[in-house]
Amino acid sequence: MSMMKNYDVVVIGAGVSGAAVARRLSAYRLSIALLEKEIDVSFGVSKANSGVIHGGFHHSPDLLKSRLEIQGNLMYDKLQRELHFPFRRCGILVAAFSTEEMRIVQELYNRGLANGAIGIELCNGDRMHMLEPKLNSDVMGGLFAPGGGIVEPYRLVFSLVESAVLNGVDLHTNFNVTRVDKSGKSGSGDREYVLHSSDGQSIRGRWVINAAGLFADRISGLFGAEEFRIHPRKGEEFLLDREASAHTSRVIFPVPNPVSKGMLVIPTVEGTTMIGPTALETDDKEDLATSSENFEKVFYSARRLIPAVSERDIITSFAGLRPSLEDGDFYIARSEMAVRFIQVAGIQSPGLTAAPAIAEYVKDLMKQGGLSLTEDPDYQGEIPAVPRFRSMSLHEQDAAVETDPAYGNILCRCENVSEAEVVAAIRRGHTSLDGIKFYTRAGMGRCQGGFCSYKILQILRRETGLPWEKITKRGGNSWIVRERISPAKTS
Amino acid sequence: MKKELICISCPIGCGLLVEWDTPENISVSGNRCPRGEIYGSEEARAPSRMVTATVAIESDKLSRLPVKTDKPIGKEHIPSLLQELYSLKLLPPVGCGDIILDDFAESGVSILATRTIEA
Amino acid sequence: MKHAEFDAVVIGGGASGLSAAAEMSRRGASVAVVEREESLGGILNQCIHNGFGLHQYNEELTGPEYAERCVTALDKLSVTVFTGMTVTQMEQEEGTHLLYGFSRESGMLRFRCRAIVLAMGCRERNRGNIGTPGTRPSGIFTAGLAQRLVNIDGMVPGRECVIVGSGDIGLIMARRMTWIGARVLGVIEIQPYPAGITRNIVQCLRDFDIPLYLSHSVTRIYGKNRISGVDVAPVGKAGGEASGAFHIPCDTLLLSVGLVPENEISRKAGVRLHPETGGPVVDARYMTSVPGIFACGNVLHVHDLVDYASEEARRCGESVLDFLSGVSIGEQIRVRTGRNVKYVVPGRLSVTGKNRFYLRSMVTGTGALLSVRLGGSEVLSRKLPYVQPSEMISFDLAAEEAISSRLASGEEETDLEVSLEIPKKEGT
Repeated sequence: MSMMKNYDVVVIGAGVSGAAVARRLSAYRLSIALLEKEIDVSFGVSKANSGVIHGGFHHSPDLLKSRLEIQGNLMYDKLQRELHFPFRRCGILVAAFSTEEMRIVQELYNRGLANGAIGIELCNGDRMHMLEPKLNSDVMGGLFAPGGGIVEPYRLVFSLVESAVLNGVDLHTNFNVTRVDKSGKSGSGDREYVLHSSDGQSIRGRWVINAAGLFADRISGLFGAEEFRIHPRKGEEFLLDREASAHTSRVIFPVPNPVSKGMLVIPTVEGTTMIGPTALETDDKEDLATSSENFEKVFYSARRLIPAVSERDIITSFAGLRPSLEDGDFYIARSEMAVRFIQVAGIQSPGLTAAPAIAEYVKDLMKQGGLSLTEDPDYQGEIPAVPRFRSMSLHEQDAAVETDPAYGNILCRCENVSEAEVVAAIRRGHTSLDGIKFYTRAGMGRCQGGFCSYKILQILRRETGLPWEKITKRGGNSWIVRERISPAKTS
Repeated sequence: MKKELICISCPIGCGLLVEWDTPENISVSGNRCPRGEIYGSEEARAPSRMVTATVAIESDKLSRLPVKTDKPIGKEHIPSLLQELYSLKLLPPVGCGDIILDDFAESGVSILATRTIEA
Repeated sequence: MKHAEFDAVVIGGGASGLSAAAEMSRRGASVAVVEREESLGGILNQCIHNGFGLHQYNEELTGPEYAERCVTALDKLSVTVFTGMTVTQMEQEEGTHLLYGFSRESGMLRFRCRAIVLAMGCRERNRGNIGTPGTRPSGIFTAGLAQRLVNIDGMVPGRECVIVGSGDIGLIMARRMTWIGARVLGVIEIQPYPAGITRNIVQCLRDFDIPLYLSHSVTRIYGKNRISGVDVAPVGKAGGEASGAFHIPCDTLLLSVGLVPENEISRKAGVRLHPETGGPVVDARYMTSVPGIFACGNVLHVHDLVDYASEEARRCGESVLDFLSGVSIGEQIRVRTGRNVKYVVPGRLSVTGKNRFYLRSMVTGTGALLSVRLGGSEVLSRKLPYVQPSEMISFDLAAEEAISSRLASGEEETDLEVSLEIPKKEGT
C-alpha cells in the first residue's frame, strides 16, 4: 500500500466557504488539505453568482446567516487589502414604488438596525434619485445601505486559496470524494477518516469540513452524518456591455418577496452591468442551461428599476445554482452523528458576504470540539499582488514592461490582458481556459475569445507542456481540439 | 444519364439540366448564356476542383505551409491527394510557388506552395 | 518608453493597412505599420482557399499569396514595420497625434505623427451576440477561430460538426472541415436564401451532400463539458417535433453569424461611428470625425472582396498625403441613403475630385436599378441584373457631372441620394 498523506484537517469543497475556512485554519499549526472535485477552485456555486456583498438588512436577526452576513461584510476591507481581489463598497439601494412597498422597506430598515448594519438609511424619492440618478422616476423612496458592495467572486476565491496554499495548505484538485472509510481496526479508539477519490487517490484526515456546496448532502451521507437534502435553485443572469447606459453607481434591488431578494441591477467591479438572477427550482444539480423564457421576465424587472436597460447591450448570459436547504438558513454545526465532522451546508445568499465570518465561526466550532489551535508565527495574511495591465496608468505600464517584457505582449485586446498575467494564472495552477479567463479576464470581452483563444492556448502549451488535445475549457471532457490533422482520418 | 446542377459562372446561378449518353453527346438546358453550356458540360464530363490545403512544415515561425493545386484536379483524385498531403513533413526554406508534388497521380496537376517560409 | 516619429502611422498590417502604407510611402511620406500578430498579412494568412485578387491582379490567388504581394509591395519602400505590437490608445496633443504601442520586443513605444490610418479590420459576432440558450460547453467556435486552428495550427476542432450561417466563411469552413476528415451534419441559415455566393454553395455543400437548412435557427445547445448536440427549428417556431424542430447530435458548433468592424480604440479616441456600418463616419477623404484620423478597409465597413478593400486603402493613402501636404479638400456634399440601400461609404461627395462609392442593398432582387440623384436630378443610373445584401455594389462619380447637374437644378443646399429601385422583391 502506498504512503497516504495524513492531515489534521481535510476541507471538502474549494468554493468560497471551503477556501475561507482553509485559509483561516492555515494561520495555525495544522496540516490541511483542501479538496476540489473540479479541475480548478471556484468552479461550482462560487463561480456563477451576482458577486453582491450584502448590506445586512434582508434577513431577521435570529437566523445564523444574518449574523454571519453582518460580521462578514465588515471583514471585507481588511481582506481586500491582504488579497487584492476586485471589491467596491458602492452601496445598495432598495427601491420602492408604492406605500405598500415602503412598508416593506421600513421592515428591512428595522431589521438592518437590529442586525447592526452601519449607516443604513431610509430615503425619500429625492434622496433615492440623488444617490442613483438612473433610477426610474416613479421610485418614491427606499433604503440605502452604504455598507453593501460588489466583488468578483472567482477572484475572491482564487485569492483565498492562493493565500491558503502560501501558508501550507495542500490543494488537491480533480479529487472527487466517492468513498469514506475509517483507518485502523474498529474499536481501537479514535480513528481517522480515509477519503477515496473516484480515480483512486486516497488521503487521511482527523477533522473533516463538509463545504461541498451542491453536493453537501451526498458528502454528509458518505460520512454517516446527518441526512438532509440540498435543493438546487437555478439563477440566470445577463451581462450588459461596459458602454451600456444602464451602468449604475449602486447595486439596485427591488423590494423583496417572500421567496427571493428579486432581480437586481448590478454594476460589476470591472464596469459591466449584470441583471438578474432569476430563481427556478430544478432537480438537476448540474443543470446550468440558460433559457429564452426567462429573458422577458428579467428585462421587464430590470427596466422597471433602471429604464435605460436595453437588450441591445447584452454580451452574454449564464446560469448558476444555489444550494438551498428547506429552512433557508445556513447549516453550520458540528455533526452529532460523525465525530470531528463539521457541516457547512446550504450556503446560498448571503454566502459570499458571510464567508470570512463563516471561517471564524467554523474555527470556533472546531476549538469547542476539542481541536487544539496553536498560532503559526510564519503565517502571512498577504499574497503578492499581480498587477493588471488594464488597470495601470501609462506610466505604470511603462515601468511594468521594463521589468517584465511579458507585460508588453498584449494577448487579449478586448480586455487588455498581457502575457505576464496569463503566465501568473497558469503558475498558480489555473491550467484550463476558464481558469485563466476568470483569473485574468482574457476572453471575457466583446470578442469572447475569438482573437485571444489561440494565443492563450500557445502560452498554456509552452508553460505546461500539455499537448493540444489535453487542454480543456474547464477540465473533465471539455476538450478544445480533437487531434492533429493526419492522413489516417481523412478517408 | 442526367444531372441537375447550379451554374456558378455568374451570381444568377441558373438551374441546369445536363443530359448525356456518351461523353461526346452532352446537352445542357436551363442556361441563360453560353457560359452555362460550357460549365454544364465540363461539370458532367470531367468535374474538377481547385484544392487548397496545408502541409506540416518544420519551422519555428509556422507549423503549416498552405498549398494549392496549380489547376483544377479531377474530383476522383481529391481523397488520395489529401491523404498524401497530410502525410508529408517539409523542411524550410520554401518559396511561394515552389512545386511540392509534381504531376500528382499522373493527373497533370501539381501542388504548389502558396506562402514563403524562410527558416 | 521609446519614442518614434512618422508622418503617418497605420494601425493594422493586413491588406488594407499595407496598401495604404505603400501608397503613402510611394508618395514620399514617412510611414509606420503597427501589427499585433507576428507576421504581416492579417486575416488573409489563414484564408488558404482561393478567390482573391481577381480584380486586383487578374488572377485567382489564395489568401496567403495575396498577402505576400501586399508585403512584397513594401520591399522597395521605406515603411517601418512593428509586428507583435498592439496599440492600446490614441491621443491628440497640439495638432499632432500620439499612439501607444506595446510589444514584447520594444516594450512601450510612443508614436508621434500627423496622420493615423485605422486599418484594424473586423471581429466576428459570437454566441453572446446571438444569445442561443442552453449550456456553455466547449466546442463552440466562431468560424474564423476554427479556421485559424485548422489552417495555422493544423488541428482538427472536432469530428461531428454543425455550422450556423451560410455566409462564405461558414461555407468555406464546411468544405475545410470535410477535407480534414470531419463530418459536417448541416448548415443552418436563418434567412430564406443562402448568404454566400453560389460557387461556394456548390463546391462547399453540394459536393459533399451537406444539407442546408434555410429559414432555420439553432434554438438550444446541449452538453455539460463538450457540446453534445443542438436543437434546430424553423424560424418563428418555438420547438417540439410537431413544429418541424429536430435535434442534431454533434461535438462541434461553428458560428458564422456576421462580422463587426473592430473600433474600440477609435471610439475611445472620440471617432464618431456610423450606426449601420459599425465603422467610422468618413468624408470624401476617408477622414473620420477626428481631423487627421483616417479609416479604410474592413474597419470602415466589412468588404466582400479584399481587392476592393485594397483599392479603397490606396485612395485613402492618397487622401492622407493631400491632407499632409495641406491640399484642401474643397466643398463636399452629404451622401444620403435612399430606398433599399443599407449604407453608402464614404459619407460625402467631393466636388473637386473623383469619387468612388461602395454600398449595400437591403434586399435581394433581380433587374434592379441603381439610381443616384443630386437635388432633383438623376446623375447616374445603372441596371444591376442581381442584387443581394451580401454583394457590395460600387459606382464612380466625377464631381463635374454632379456640379453641373446641381447648377442646372438651381438648388444650393442639396444631398446626393443613392437608391436601388427593385421591380420585384424576392425577399427582404
